[in-house]
Amino acid sequence: MLIHDQSRAGRRATTQAPLNPPAPEGIPASLRRRQRAALPEVSEMQVVRHYTRLSQKNFSIDTHFYPLGSCTMKYNPRACNSLAMLPGFLARHPLAPDSHGQGVLACLHDLQDILKAVTGMHAVSLAPAAGAQGEFAGVAMIRAYHRARGDVARTEILVPDAAHGTNPASAVMCGFVAREIPTGPDGDVDLEALRAAVGPQTAGIMLTNPSTLGVFDRNIEAIARTVHEAGGLLYYDGANLNAILGKVRPGDMGFDVIHMNLHKTFSTPHGGGGPGAGPVGVSARLEPYLPVPLVARDETGYRWLTEADRPDSIGRLSAFGGNIGILLRAYVYARLLGREGMGRVAEFATLNANYLLARLTEAGFEAAYPKRRASHEFILSLRREARDWGVTAMDVAKRLLDHGYHAPTTYFPLLVPECLLIEPTETESKEMLDGFVEAMTAIRREAEEDPERLRGAPWTQPVRRLDEVRAARHLDLAWSAQPQGANHGES
Amino acid sequence: MPFIPHTDDDIRAMLATIGVERIDRLFDEIPQALRCPEALGEIPPALSESGIGRLMRERARADGEPLCFIGAGAYDHHIPAAVWELVSRGEFYSAYTPYQAEASQGTLQVLYEFQSMMSALTALDASNASLYDGASALAEAVLMALRANRRCTSQRVLVPRALHPLWRRTLATIVEPQGVELIEAGFDIASGQSSVAHYAEAAGEDEIAAVIIAQPNVFGVLEPVDALTDWARARGALVIGAVNPLALALLSPPGDWGAQGADIACGEAQPFGMPLASGGPYAGFLCCRQSHVRQLPGRIVGRTLDADGRVGFTLTLQAREQHIRRSKATSNICTNQGLMVTAATIHLALLGAEGLERVAAQCHANTAHLVERLAAIPGVEPLFSGAVFHERALRLPLPSAEVLESLAAHELLGGFALDAHYPELGPALLVCATEARTEEEMAHYADLLGRILGARLASH
Repeated sequence: MLIHDQSRAGRRATTQAPLNPPAPEGIPASLRRRQRAALPEVSEMQVVRHYTRLSQKNFSIDTHFYPLGSCTMKYNPRACNSLAMLPGFLARHPLAPDSHGQGVLACLHDLQDILKAVTGMHAVSLAPAAGAQGEFAGVAMIRAYHRARGDVARTEILVPDAAHGTNPASAVMCGFVAREIPTGPDGDVDLEALRAAVGPQTAGIMLTNPSTLGVFDRNIEAIARTVHEAGGLLYYDGANLNAILGKVRPGDMGFDVIHMNLHKTFSTPHGGGGPGAGPVGVSARLEPYLPVPLVARDETGYRWLTEADRPDSIGRLSAFGGNIGILLRAYVYARLLGREGMGRVAEFATLNANYLLARLTEAGFEAAYPKRRASHEFILSLRREARDWGVTAMDVAKRLLDHGYHAPTTYFPLLVPECLLIEPTETESKEMLDGFVEAMTAIRREAEEDPERLRGAPWTQPVRRLDEVRAARHLDLAWSAQPQGANHGES
Repeated sequence: MPFIPHTDDDIRAMLATIGVERIDRLFDEIPQALRCPEALGEIPPALSESGIGRLMRERARADGEPLCFIGAGAYDHHIPAAVWELVSRGEFYSAYTPYQAEASQGTLQVLYEFQSMMSALTALDASNASLYDGASALAEAVLMALRANRRCTSQRVLVPRALHPLWRRTLATIVEPQGVELIEAGFDIASGQSSVAHYAEAAGEDEIAAVIIAQPNVFGVLEPVDALTDWARARGALVIGAVNPLALALLSPPGDWGAQGADIACGEAQPFGMPLASGGPYAGFLCCRQSHVRQLPGRIVGRTLDADGRVGFTLTLQAREQHIRRSKATSNICTNQGLMVTAATIHLALLGAEGLERVAAQCHANTAHLVERLAAIPGVEPLFSGAVFHERALRLPLPSAEVLESLAAHELLGGFALDAHYPELGPALLVCATEARTEEEMAHYADLLGRILGARLASH
């Protein structure tokens, strides 16, 4: 039931609004709202019960294992939340002077330094609000760099076919054409195809390493050389940074610009889809173009650098400084890990992934790249199960929900048929991984013996499989006081 | 090991299963030359939770809690205790994007309720499930309008100079790489209002694809939205309303502007349950007419039925999005501001339309009262004659940066310095007193400003 359906005319939570506000004066009648918006009229207790109950209809890291490939669903330490929510941090207005922000600026400056050190980049801006905005900023910096050199014929950004959809979409948002580079049979970028594709039109390449195929591209040095020799720059998509944190640095691999997803690698919450934070790091030659604001430190203390300090900046990505509350959470996490803890992230993420891959292969599942070492994640292909028993990767994913495990990433990357992309993260215990293997084994047995059970799954969730075709054809995007469908006709 | 549960026995057993002797062997596909064992030396050693707690509390205290009279796009409103008690529940806080709909009905229903509430407030048919913030939502609104205005081949968009300067900069960063031409429409320096004449002059004779109308504008001044909307439509442009959503409790919603209404509304949802927090995370919203819904960027939740005919919620129209459409997507956006939307939804449910009206009216009255007190100080006067909502520009006898610095030394943030962005106005300060400010606090501001200006002017 929607909160709207619980509404009764005249009911309200009276303690939440001023008791006797004067009638608004000086607003011309022609500009006044004529009819009150149809918002629910409910009591505070109704609100608390309603949203508490809704929360209970969710899987979350706090309640379930989430082996979601490329999403890095690791534990979100509670201290990160409570310390970012200290009253002094929450009350600060974004336009308050730097004199009244030395505390938050110190945290952000420290975080810039930590991110520089762990990625091997020359400078960092924390401004991008999420990974995709980091990608936009990174590609915009590549554009600005070429333009500043008068090199305006570079119109193409190369993107491997295994890349996240955000990569080509970000390239297009920056005015480039995205050109796909195929993947070789072993999961590495096809070097010959890359060599044939680069040229004077190449602005750069966007690469995830380890790739979304769950393998580290062994030819990274050759890729970097090829693109650099053609005059292009290298962009590192940090979606899989957890796989190498403390082991290898993108700066050392030859990348000119990177983004990091702090809501993955630095354990800030996913919040049901956001907010995230997508800081960008650059090599020295791209530093002038970093998005503003940035935090600087001098003898008087910390201060924001803005457009006036950075005339060549690609500019501002949001009205203020990005998702600062998320940056504070990442900072607390980084300090709790320290240099020793950060070095262990990739080790244990990789240990967990390779252990899970070994056990699931033993249990009869097919690895997409059996000859390769798994990074922090790996791909299973269910094409045999689909062929022999008529069950799909989606069926297995939905049946996992009945066993109390969130589904792995399904049907991504698009290259591998019937794929599950599985990323356990370093914060899961051996027992949890063993339990997941048992569930997968049971589901595989069931696929052979009772495939209908899989095709109908999930059976134990608040709803069964939803009719997505109906959702798209009979669009119902907002509650309406009229009967359903009355004001949102078919389209 | 922080947040890593493995015992030595676990590690031994797991390595044996994999068939390697050391964890380091798992990285054998990475070229040796790239591995950099000393790389983390610059990162400080680990702190305990108690250690980082001490450091963070010290730093939070260092920021102080000055008395705040700044608005300018971020507002110090009361947030009901229930909002963050609920939002901080792990089931909301640590949930993933609701791609697995059956295991995400909580998040999906919250998003659907949010969409419903924003549609109601803006009087438009559809809303997405949020963008990063108000300024970036405006940029997406412009790109969306260019796609949606199919009859128009122009890339020209009218942007009022009286739109928030930081929003204008954000807009330029995001849309200019795609060749969008942003044309500035001026405002009347006496009223602070933009008029059809200003828009028409900026537009010239050439085709325009879209027009932005800010309500209220950055000065708090109310724009003639009906006339501007009708003019823009007559010129074949799509109309984008950039609105403060709290203002919509009192003001005509974009869907009702002019004869036919605006096409798109966007803005900053921060006034609904989001703490100031130095500027983020907030949440941008974007609403539109049904006919433009396939050009709407970002996630959208739809209500549908499950295999047993029960009502449920799912992400819909995903063919617009980057994970399906890649280079042809409506936007590159993936992660949005879901948790902040959860806060906004709970906030709106608690207040209702009547509660919002009370908050808006109290803010409006408080600012009027504050302005009355400040304008009694010699040399201080209201800058514009136009009607306002809950925010007002004042002329000062001294550069506002100087005045603000003196006020800040007394732990009072006096407002937003407009002269830095609008030199044509002379020394000008934008002030706002939300419902959270008291009579005593406003009196204190007036008293302090009077003394500071008196001392400064005497010494000049």
